[in-house]
Amino acid sequence: MLKQIEGSHAMAEAIALCRPEVICAYPITPQTHIVEGLSAMVRDGHLTGCEFINVESEFAALSVAIGSSAAGARTYTATASQGLLFMMEAVYNASGLGLPIVMTLGNRAIGAPINIWNDHSDAMSVRDAGWIMLFAETNQEAVDLHIQAFKLAEELSCPVMVNVDGFILTHAVERVDIPDPEQVDAFLPPFDPVQVLDPASPMSMGAMVGPDAFMEVRYLAHHKQMQALDRIPEIAAEFKAAFGRESGGLIRCYRCDDADTIVVAMGSVVGTLKDMVDTRRAAGDRIGVVSIGAFRPFPLEEVRNALMGARRVVVLEKALAVGMGGILASHVRMALRGHPNRVYTLIAGLGGRPILQPSLNAFMDRVAAEPHYDVHFLDLREDVVEAEIARMAAERRSGPIAENVLRRVAALGQMMLPDAAVTGDRP
Amino acid sequence: MFQIRFHGRGGQGVVTAAEMLSVAAFLEGRHAQAFPSFGSERTGAPVVSFCRIDDTEIRTREPILVPDAVIVQDPTLFHSVDVFQGLPDSGYVLINTSADYKTLHIDGVMGRFPPGHARTVPASEIARVHVGRPLPNAALLGGFAAVTGQIHMDSVAEAIRRTFPGPVGEANVRAAWAAYEHCRS
Amino acid sequence: MNQTVKFYQTGTLTVGNRLLDPEHRTVQASEERSNAITCGHRACQGCGEALGARYAIDAALKAADGNLICVNATGCLEVFTTPYPETSWQLAWMHSLFGNAAAVAAGVAAAQRVKGRNRVRVVAQGGDGGTTDIGFGCLSGMFERNDDVLYICYDNEAYMNTGVQRSSATPGGARTATTPAVGEAPGNVFGTGKNVPLIAMAHNIPYVATASVADLHDLEAKVTRAMGIHGARYIHIMVPCPLGWGSASHDTIRVARLAVESGLFPLFEAEHGVVTSSRPIRRKVPVTEYLKPQKRFAHLFRPDNPHGADALARLQAQADENCRRFNLLRAEEGK
Repeated sequence: MLKQIEGSHAMAEAIALCRPEVICAYPITPQTHIVEGLSAMVRDGHLTGCEFINVESEFAALSVAIGSSAAGARTYTATASQGLLFMMEAVYNASGLGLPIVMTLGNRAIGAPINIWNDHSDAMSVRDAGWIMLFAETNQEAVDLHIQAFKLAEELSCPVMVNVDGFILTHAVERVDIPDPEQVDAFLPPFDPVQVLDPASPMSMGAMVGPDAFMEVRYLAHHKQMQALDRIPEIAAEFKAAFGRESGGLIRCYRCDDADTIVVAMGSVVGTLKDMVDTRRAAGDRIGVVSIGAFRPFPLEEVRNALMGARRVVVLEKALAVGMGGILASHVRMALRGHPNRVYTLIAGLGGRPILQPSLNAFMDRVAAEPHYDVHFLDLREDVVEAEIARMAAERRSGPIAENVLRRVAALGQMMLPDAAVTGDRP
Repeated sequence: MFQIRFHGRGGQGVVTAAEMLSVAAFLEGRHAQAFPSFGSERTGAPVVSFCRIDDTEIRTREPILVPDAVIVQDPTLFHSVDVFQGLPDSGYVLINTSADYKTLHIDGVMGRFPPGHARTVPASEIARVHVGRPLPNAALLGGFAAVTGQIHMDSVAEAIRRTFPGPVGEANVRAAWAAYEHCRS
Repeated sequence: MNQTVKFYQTGTLTVGNRLLDPEHRTVQASEERSNAITCGHRACQGCGEALGARYAIDAALKAADGNLICVNATGCLEVFTTPYPETSWQLAWMHSLFGNAAAVAAGVAAAQRVKGRNRVRVVAQGGDGGTTDIGFGCLSGMFERNDDVLYICYDNEAYMNTGVQRSSATPGGARTATTPAVGEAPGNVFGTGKNVPLIAMAHNIPYVATASVADLHDLEAKVTRAMGIHGARYIHIMVPCPLGWGSASHDTIRVARLAVESGLFPLFEAEHGVVTSSRPIRRKVPVTEYLKPQKRFAHLFRPDNPHGADALARLQAQADENCRRFNLLRAEEGK
């Protein structure tokens, strides 16, 4: 049914359609509206056969989820940012135990300095935790990915994290088609765990594993994710057959045929990039976008095939490996090893900095005209950082960077957006 | 695409206003996207929300920097926020006030808009009369329908009813109609 | 019953109690006991925790008629029972992390509830580190929500699994690897103390008890009683650790009994935040009798330690305060 609905509430409705049996959560912005919606549905009887447990921390939230999933209940939780870090030990544990928990991550920056706005730092901090990690481009896809996530998780006995951009998707009200319960029931069979804590057939779960077998355990976890490289597109195809929509999959290409330049990105910014591509295509620029739908497992082969023909690849990413540069860009370079494509790293949108068409266009113009360079920060306030770098060179003093930067931003004026963005024509 | 920016203060229903407008557009079969100014603002703090309306899928996720219309829910904002930022001379302005431009010290700015594009409406007063509380957001949507013609008043009324079921919704619908008539006169 | 047989363990190594009527015999006295932790595990000789856990879980299994799921915190108990690919556990058992046993158990309990498996009961267990320190937040949350979980803490008063480091359950004056018996104030500092049974009572949960491996009949009775109640329950069991305490392996029961008889480890039960019973001390012994067999307190008795006498006095004062608080020195009623 078509609805004009907030992303979080749409996701809550979709999750409820998946008939979770245990939901546990601890509140953190911007995840709250999702679990509030689910809590209300459990209370008012829309979602029956489900326990909603309010816990005292994210660590407890995922721990309760581990217990209920191990005992055979379809289990869901959600978090963001600091909450994900607070549950980190359990994040690894859930995947190590092979528990098919589905968790929404309302992507948000990580402090200090504390910042509640969107970027992908939280997701990137758990990229090697053994979870399957999917990214949603729109709220429609966020809805659809949750339905696919339970199927994928339970087939592979592996937890799945559905990444949705905090605020940008979670708090946006837009048109979403919420599937019918019968459709979802037909697509998603009841949870039938391969092993479960059951007094009738006792087993020990979570035993210590020594050097004699740990490598094999880890290898098999890797193997499982390699299997997911097959199952993710298959499940997306099954979803399309059942629901009539393209959602999910490993990667998606937009106007990439014959493209000289391809922008690679994840999540909601792909929508902005598609608009940019249309504008530039209209002006004769041969440009396209590749959206990475699955970051774990990372589809090296699909990415390579999609990008091989482009002379320039711009990897736009909302995260920064401090002391290293781009994270997604490193993955893309790995995919393109041995190929001569120029790969540019464009760090954008950290801590909620708006990613604006005029700034993107300016950067694409530079990419077309300039020789290869590596990390670029979109709309970085160079006056602020240069002044602070000069001060650091002049006086050695340890302490937080943020306070000095804030003082300078105040001194240099609040205008955080480039003039071109405000005065320029929009596409 | 038609883009609207709402300015107000936390507690005035600024976010709800954008959402209701998006619902009204949705009811007309159009695509709409509403979103808040992503913050942790407390009651009384300046708040911004956004709404885009188009006939095709809306893909961009930028904040609205160049709006087609600006709705100001609280006239005391002129001192602290540049609510007109990015608004072209062809844009629309709707201000919730019973004062005139001169009193608000915005007569200079308002002069740049074409006749009929800039209006004031005493939305808080209207809401007080019809709803019993000075919550101007629903009434302003009525005014927006009248001033811009971008949305039908019937759609606005239905969106209000969906957001506030029951008598509260009906009262807000009456307030919206009153503001609509005010702005048409 | 024709004759009241008092059950003293003093001077014996058995808990056979076959002189009792069958219904008063211990779980362990029954041939049908489940042997929750079966033989072949890797615990040290004289391990109090292995003993306490076997009695506790066997009693819980019997009370639940075998329908029991056990969640274990990281620690000695987890490590010595499940050296991959072997397991000593004869029941559905799970280990997740060090600090989350209470939360995982809450999740298991929620799954039983939602699946309508009303007969399946859930026990969580951990050492003092996993309970009073790193698992404390999850424990308090489980209490406050009144989750249907029995949590059992096996308290050996330090982090034994990692090599005897201080925990918040380590008594003042005790030597551990991180509170060495050197310097101005040798051994563990005398803090304000952290009495988790009393903290559990402050949550007003239905049942809280302390127990000791020195009185296994009492331990079993308390586990059985706890299993007869729904909601959050807590049992705190003192389990001497020969390795960490520097006591003889054959002295585990004796040391545990001296802890009780000195008043340092009071045995009591509480319901909904109110103490409902305590076990009186028959023959109160000075704390020095309890402390002397343990090398971790040896420095307190050294003549060249100027602080030894003060530390011993403080420990004696703690024991005396326990006797007063829990009325342990009253004449035994009835019999």
